[in-house]
Amino acid sequence: MSETTSRARLHPRDTPDPNAPPIQVIDLHKFFGEHHVLKGIDLTVEKKQVVCVIGPSGSGKSTLLRSINLLEWPSGGKVYIEGIDVQDPDVNLDRIRTRIGMVFQSFNLFPHMNVLRNVTIAQEKVLGRSKEEAQQIAWDMLERVGLTDKASAHPSQLSGGQQQRVAIARSLSMNPDMMLFDEPTSALDPELVGEVLEVMRTLAQEGMTMMVVTHEMGFAREVGTRLIFMDDGQIVEEGNPREILANPQQPRTQAFLSKVL
Amino acid sequence: MALRDIRPTVRRRASRVSSYVVFLAILAVLVSLADWENLSKNFLRADVAATMFPMVWRAAFNTLWYTAASFVAGTILGTVFALMKMSKGPLKWFAVAYIELFRGLPAMLTILLMAFAIPIAFSSFKIPSTISALVALSLVSSAYTAEIIRSGIEAVAKGQREAARSLGMTHMQTTMSVILPQAFRIVIPPLTNELVLLLKDTSLFFAVGATKFSKELLQFGRDAGTTNANFTPYMVVAVFYLVITIPLTWLVSKLEKKMAVKK
Ligand SMILES: Nc1ncnc2c1ncn2[C@@H]1O[C@H](COP(=O)(O)OP(=O)(O)OP(=O)(O)O)[C@@H](O)[C@H]1O
Ligand SMILES: [Mg+2]
Repeated sequence: MSETTSRARLHPRDTPDPNAPPIQVIDLHKFFGEHHVLKGIDLTVEKKQVVCVIGPSGSGKSTLLRSINLLEWPSGGKVYIEGIDVQDPDVNLDRIRTRIGMVFQSFNLFPHMNVLRNVTIAQEKVLGRSKEEAQQIAWDMLERVGLTDKASAHPSQLSGGQQQRVAIARSLSMNPDMMLFDEPTSALDPELVGEVLEVMRTLAQEGMTMMVVTHEMGFAREVGTRLIFMDDGQIVEEGNPREILANPQQPRTQAFLSKVL
Repeated sequence: MALRDIRPTVRRRASRVSSYVVFLAILAVLVSLADWENLSKNFLRADVAATMFPMVWRAAFNTLWYTAASFVAGTILGTVFALMKMSKGPLKWFAVAYIELFRGLPAMLTILLMAFAIPIAFSSFKIPSTISALVALSLVSSAYTAEIIRSGIEAVAKGQREAARSLGMTHMQTTMSVILPQAFRIVIPPLTNELVLLLKDTSLFFAVGATKFSKELLQFGRDAGTTNANFTPYMVVAVFYLVITIPLTWLVSKLEKKMAVKK
């Protein structure tokens, strides 16, 4: 760990280190006022890992994800993305965020734009791609999530599952090196969960580095390469998903799993 | 029969009928006392009304374009002040002070002050009083619009900014392409309402004077009234205002209903 840290120090600016782990979190703390929400998280996500995060409501899962792409500023500790210290004032945060895709529980598509525009706008504004190039990529991404026929629809005309697939396409269009998912299927009707998980499964098989907060234990078991159980702002237990789900070691993990399984 | 024996609905209907009767009686007394012949001689003379045409069209046009100009300027400025007020640091306090100042003063006072101050400040430019008044009205309008737009920005879902930022968009790009377009949609009803108020406020321009061609409706009506020693021009002008404001007000309430349904 200290080796990666020192390597990170050699690259203090925005240049990603191809050998560094995509995500490294060291002793991360987060306070909301007096409320201590993250209590010293240590976590390294290696390339192509699919890390699933489970835990009771309020345990800090969302806050952890949001701290990784700096939607929340850490109160203490370090976050490195591809070896870059994201709290370094010389670092361009917007450029780092471009390399981290994020998918939200509530989709957060832009309601005043059609589907195609949702997928092209950041490509044009952030990556400086031409309109034609951005549209070409958008069509490719929409094809990956099976929604080319909805390109000119507005988000309000889509089902939740379709909206979430567009949100995934929108993130993918930025060619991120990793994807963060915060309960991507929790707002969906049960019959729409499968289509979104299917897209995520394909993404994992293609080798995308992923961190997924989820209540879908089946997905965690079959797709996850690692499982993290969080409670009260701490990582209580982590390891192989099959082993943990079948045979949790910590009493808190056992109590949680006995409730949800 | 005691009053409380009557069923409540009956009692309510009875009291409503009696209040109508009283109202109509008072109205009848007033109508019979009024000097109708004199009133119509002073307010409803077709020949006086006829002298106002075609120049009244010019005045109506002026009213409309003064409204449009101060609305556009006020909305742009108001957006800037809304963003400033929502920022952190000294700009925020400048915006707060600005908004409180121009909402706290009567619009008429601001118009008068500007009409005096601007020609003195920029004496080499020979700025017409109408322009000073337009500047003043734009400033007043921007203070109200700033608050309207701020409420719109706050009503845009929080996740929208986060989604845009997580795609790597800058604060500015997010504000311009994601937040403001949605905020404006949300505030269309109150903004249209502001437009109606602004239209009526252009009548305050009469206080600073205008040339023959730059008069707005009220001043035109006043001057025509003085020339003819008659009040008919005020009635003509009133009709012009209503022809513009009633459809607009109707539009506002339609928009408000439509927005309410969407929520
Ligand atoms: N912006 C904020 N301001 C204040 N408190 C917050 C904020 N965001 C989160 N919290 C608090 O931090 C704690 C952890 O929240 P977080 O959203 O990370 O939990 P979670 O594990 O994602 O829960 P859930 O499963 O319900 O999504 C909660 O008690 C929450 O109330
Ligand atoms: Mg959460």
